[in-house]
Amino acid sequence: MSRKLNYREAMREAMHEALANDPRVFLMGEDVGMYGGTYAFSKGFLAEFGPERIRDTPLSELGFVGAGIGAALGGMRPIVEVMTINFSLLALDQIVNSAAAYRHMSGGQFSVPLVIRMTTGAGRQLAAQHSHSLEGWYAHIPGIKVLAPATIEDARGMLAPALADPDPVVIFEHAGLFNMEGELPDDWTVDITSARVRREGKDVAIITHGGSLPKALAAAETLAAGGISAQVVDLRVLRPLDTATIAASVAKCHRAVIVDEGWRTGSLAAEVMARIMENAFYELDAPVARVCSEEVPIPYARHLEEAALPQAEKIVAAVKGLFA
Amino acid sequence: MIEFKLPSLGSDMDEGTLLEWKVGVGDTVKKGQVVAIVDTTKAAVDVESWQEGVVHELVAEIGQKMPVGAVMALLLEAGETAPAKVGAGGTAKPAPAAAPRVAAAAPAAAAVPATPPAAAPVVAPAAPGRRMISPAARKHAEEKGIDLDGITGTGPHGAVTLEDIENAAAARPAPAVEKAAIKPAEPQASRAADMRKTIAAAMSRSKREIPHYYVSEDIPLAKALAWLQAANAQRPMAERLLPAALLLKAVAMALKRYPELNGYWRDGGFVPVAAINPGVAISLRQGGLIAPALLNADGKPLTLLMQELTDLVKRTRAGSLRSSEMNEATITVTNLGDQGSQAVFGVITPPQVALVGFGRVAERPWAENGGLKVLPVVTASLSADHRVSDGHRGALFLLELNELLQHPEELDK
Repeated sequence: MSRKLNYREAMREAMHEALANDPRVFLMGEDVGMYGGTYAFSKGFLAEFGPERIRDTPLSELGFVGAGIGAALGGMRPIVEVMTINFSLLALDQIVNSAAAYRHMSGGQFSVPLVIRMTTGAGRQLAAQHSHSLEGWYAHIPGIKVLAPATIEDARGMLAPALADPDPVVIFEHAGLFNMEGELPDDWTVDITSARVRREGKDVAIITHGGSLPKALAAAETLAAGGISAQVVDLRVLRPLDTATIAASVAKCHRAVIVDEGWRTGSLAAEVMARIMENAFYELDAPVARVCSEEVPIPYARHLEEAALPQAEKIVAAVKGLFA
Repeated sequence: MIEFKLPSLGSDMDEGTLLEWKVGVGDTVKKGQVVAIVDTTKAAVDVESWQEGVVHELVAEIGQKMPVGAVMALLLEAGETAPAKVGAGGTAKPAPAAAPRVAAAAPAAAAVPATPPAAAPVVAPAAPGRRMISPAARKHAEEKGIDLDGITGTGPHGAVTLEDIENAAAARPAPAVEKAAIKPAEPQASRAADMRKTIAAAMSRSKREIPHYYVSEDIPLAKALAWLQAANAQRPMAERLLPAALLLKAVAMALKRYPELNGYWRDGGFVPVAAINPGVAISLRQGGLIAPALLNADGKPLTLLMQELTDLVKRTRAGSLRSSEMNEATITVTNLGDQGSQAVFGVITPPQVALVGFGRVAERPWAENGGLKVLPVVTASLSADHRVSDGHRGALFLLELNELLQHPEELDK
């Protein structure tokens, strides 16, 4: 048996479950209470769990992320929601210098079991201050785990192991996925350690994550019609990267295209390419290619925004470029 | 009848203008094949067909602007025969039928880029003397024991890919013979085609990468042929020596003093080889040639060398060479023999660095000591890699060869 629900509902269900089952869990962030969440992820939570556990905060990312760290140090299991990844830059000091560092600085005496959720990505005409994909920056930081749920199953399942993790976990939810519908099987199981092959193929490995996954799958469908069998790998966990799955897919297909909505230079895609060089160089039959966002602030105008982002057609073209 | 319609080439595309037909009436269209170039507001786009069929009619005219979904062409499905009179395609066909269909390759469209300007990665050029070979292809070639020098790359930028190695493995002489036993005609033809491809690749690479220089020398063979005649008079028919064996032996002996002509150019430098293994160019009856090695030719008496040469020619033509003979030639010797022209200036076989050529042995007027006589003469030539040796040394090598052939008895050791 399975049931149909969308990404937003899956995430809401996951938070509801955590709040209902563990009194240490609480939700904090801008507009999570009265307004029900900017993206309606916490609709009805204030009435059900009360203002102690569903806490609206001032517009101060530095302040409320810091408060979350303090609560986690004090034994709570906070879920801190940052409205978009662009705003999270205000809280980077707390995340990099505090949350990620305390276990190290205290010689293992303290850990910070904090979950920070934020929206990432473009595609909804929200322009240059609400649309970027900076998860690659977070994947650079030792001391935290970085997750990118891109399926209904992961939206439903990744929060619980993230809350159970003794260290800070940052979850990036791509805005383009919120209305995506899918079947959730009854026997779903989710980990926060591995990448998953979402489509089996043999000619090229398309390695991606988050909002680019549906585009990669669409590209694979188009390529199949043209006789190219593409394997699609969903990274899921951006830190630590599941190098074994990446290398195994390259060893199987001998060609790889990395799709990453981040900007090309210094991107997560670049890191994946480096891992391939380190671990699967002798398996490559063509240079590794990547499809990233154009190196511009994400434009407002729809056609320009579309042109700036990875698209299924660009992925198809990149793959075809690997076959003479 | 399949209607090939103008697809949407972008979510904001409403119409497109036909720039060029890539197919003509009667052409077979495969799935994924580019059939037309259409200008959209963004770019000129290659339009592929996702159906297979034979082009029956090109409905759209060059320069015609059409809405998305308009019928551009009619294709016949497999097995379908053309209707007697065409009445279809009317919906999106305002132009009269008078327009010439041959306009398909109109020069006006020639300047249009075939693909949208995707972010093309900058590809580092291969270092001098180093070919583009994918790491996987290199690994696979090693596992299969395939010499990469003879492989033509078909990957991006001419890189050698896994597929090229697999094709080469499938086309190797030994398995090809086995196949021939099962299917007599076809593999023979494909083998000849593969060989042509291999020769094309090796020779193109040679002329592209190796700065050849050429020197030649006319060598009188009166003494050598007289000695051969005397030697053969004492031998049974089957053991008689041919001039070719004598010439090969002389080349091998001369190379001992000119090691810069015997070896390989690898990874930007010369690698001399101690063993002297001249590759003997042998033409095949079905076309093409192979130059398998006569191993350690310098140390073998003429009788043995002749036996090995005969055996090598026989096995080459039967397609049963050993891998050492295929891979270990250190120089190539091409001998045009009786049916050849006067002289030959050959193309070096990479990664070797030299080739010695012999033309036809023929009587010629020969001036010597103020007098003129008629002698059998052969023109010996040397094609050599200027990165490794210079013309002066090349000329000295040919003089040494000449000198050795004036003392044929010394060669039978």
